Amino acid sequence: MSWTREQMAARAARELKNGYYVNLGIGIPTLVANYIPKDMKVTLQSENGMLGIGPFPFEGDEDPDLINAGKQTITALPSSSYFSSAESFAMIRGGHIDMAVLGAMEVSEKGDIANWTIPGKMVKGMGGAMDLVAGVKRVIVVMEHTNKAGHSKILKKCDLPLTGSGCIDMVITDLCVFSVDRKGGGMRLIELAPGVTAEDVKAKTEAAYTSAI
Amino acid sequence: MANKVYPDAKAALDGIPFDGMTVMAGGFGLCGTPENLITALRENGVKDLTIISNNCGADDRGLWTLMDNHQIKKMISSYVGENKLFESLYLSGKLDLELTPQGTLAERIRAGGAGIPAFYTRTGVGTVVAEGKPTEEFDGLTYVRESWLKADLSIVKAWKGDTEGNLIYRKTAQNFNPMIATAGKITIAEVEELVDVGSLNPDAIHTPGIYVKRIFQGSDYKNYIEHRTVRKREAV
Repeated sequence: MSWTREQMAARAARELKNGYYVNLGIGIPTLVANYIPKDMKVTLQSENGMLGIGPFPFEGDEDPDLINAGKQTITALPSSSYFSSAESFAMIRGGHIDMAVLGAMEVSEKGDIANWTIPGKMVKGMGGAMDLVAGVKRVIVVMEHTNKAGHSKILKKCDLPLTGSGCIDMVITDLCVFSVDRKGGGMRLIELAPGVTAEDVKAKTEAAYTSAI
Repeated sequence: MANKVYPDAKAALDGIPFDGMTVMAGGFGLCGTPENLITALRENGVKDLTIISNNCGADDRGLWTLMDNHQIKKMISSYVGENKLFESLYLSGKLDLELTPQGTLAERIRAGGAGIPAFYTRTGVGTVVAEGKPTEEFDGLTYVRESWLKADLSIVKAWKGDTEGNLIYRKTAQNFNPMIATAGKITIAEVEELVDVGSLNPDAIHTPGIYVKRIFQGSDYKNYIEHRTVRKREAV
């Protein structure tokens, strides 16, 4: 009827291209690493200061000095490099990262994204998300289509404080895929999850969009 | 030649702490944090601190212990999730918080150490982060001005250091430490291994000793792991 978290991650992985340098956010975006095609070279960047993230360590091999931005233990690859936070964000801000995959609480039809705070209720902080959406060439959001109350997370205008404005290129949800034109061209429905109809999407989406289906 | 080497964290801090001071601390989560110096600041009891650090420790660990001891007045950080004490103190108005995007935080600290009062960035444009700050257009895009960060005291953790204060960090424990080492009026480094001059490869040094005023070999490193993620060894 719709995509699972794993299937959403697999769909996001189809946006990867050979030779890409990619930053994956916490949650579903992290799962994208499991779906990189075997014949494709993709280098993962971790904003705490590493290029070339390897798989999780074998039990007993965990190294407290080797973690990803989600503070999970990881391993290095023969091609890996380490650097400072300033160098890491120079890479991000300077437009050297090809693609970022992030989660979100809300997105808008103009390509805005909100994912760091709910005023008065929750404050996590933006971490590196504001830098990523401002500096990475292509930004893909992967998230559930609706919130726990069943309301659309794809809005005409975000209610929550923004992480960035006019900065996302694609939204992948459990129901469908939208492409987004950062320059004001709006959203376009380009793909439906198996068993999901265009009417289902329409009923669960507040934002205005065109359809290629 | 001035001696930079001290026996431990307490001795290295001697004469430095004062109430209301600004302290920068290296680390990303609990990775690469100056554990010994944080413990010594807690034992010192210095109050009304402004702390500049990417995070504020995690439950029962790191800078969290200074917050729990009511020593922190204000935090300048990028991420405070996974820290319930931080969130509750902030939401109840008992703690001042300046949230700064992580890359902007790193660059503000770097600028502070490099003598650059301000710089422009795309990060935060169109968000609350840019409110009240000057903006300017470059090549047709709007950028926001961010200003430098400096501290009365910088505390960093390195893997190896020599008696001149040259430092080498290990893996992702490097993170904010190199910039923070440059941006304090006084920088104290704690290292896992303190060696004689000539032992470190000059090509491999991350932080040149000019930035480090005091150095000591730390002890009892806990090296906490926040999220232990592993894969199973395949059966032979």
